[in-house]
Amino acid sequence: MAQGWGLGALINLDHYGHYIQWHVIQISVANLIVIILMVATFVAALFAPFPGRRNRKGTK
Amino acid sequence: MSNAQIERQWTSRLRHRVVDKLPPERLLPDTQPAYVASWIYVFGVTTMAALGIVILTGIILALDGPQWWHSSSLGHFVNSMHLWSVEIFFFAMVVHLWGKFSMAAWRGGRSMTWVTGGVTFLASILAGFTGYVSQTNFDSQWISTQAKDGINSTGGGAFFNVLNLGQMLMWHIVLLPLAAVVLTGLHVIMVRVKGVVPPFDDNAEVSA
Repeated sequence: MAQGWGLGALINLDHYGHYIQWHVIQISVANLIVIILMVATFVAALFAPFPGRRNRKGTK
Repeated sequence: MSNAQIERQWTSRLRHRVVDKLPPERLLPDTQPAYVASWIYVFGVTTMAALGIVILTGIILALDGPQWWHSSSLGHFVNSMHLWSVEIFFFAMVVHLWGKFSMAAWRGGRSMTWVTGGVTFLASILAGFTGYVSQTNFDSQWISTQAKDGINSTGGGAFFNVLNLGQMLMWHIVLLPLAAVVLTGLHVIMVRVKGVVPPFDDNAEVSA
């Protein structure tokens, strides 16, 4: 119903899921993307500068 | 009644105990330690914000029974909000978990903070699972018929029947949200009592 707009307009989701298999390990591409995004967010959260951090030095 | 008698009452004793352990300025502090100014510290509150949206949209979905969202544009919208806030909830919670694991957040007598967070994660997984089997569509039928074999192999299927929509829905909208909210509340109280865990190189606190 909502295919004509939003995310459905950018990515065609109307098909069976894609899977990656390595021996006994099988994971859907969708889940793998989410895991990669979580790892990227985690690394970015560790190293990205936090706004106003310099002004907060010593706040206790 | 004398002051001494009043002080002996259980209400007075309980109040003193609570206020000693968690004074109002620590329960709702105005400032945080300098080391909290990092993106890695924002994922706990992101998880709670997402939980708020999950509960709010869940309440709206509950208003008109367990199927109406399939045939209503408003229902589709709220159902999608419910799904995507759950996605953000788990996404943020996992990053929060990795962050806290990497800084050994159980240091300094914070073991109960860690344990309540871990149990909240498990309760949330169960809440997510019961949600997927309560969708009242072919997807929920597929998931529940696959899951029943796994749960039956543990013997748990005798009590926890994933093919019973009524039971799954009750667990999803009453028992598990209650558990998640109570555990989250306890988790936050533990954070307030013990304080936010400092980074390893902060010498302000001795590691446990």
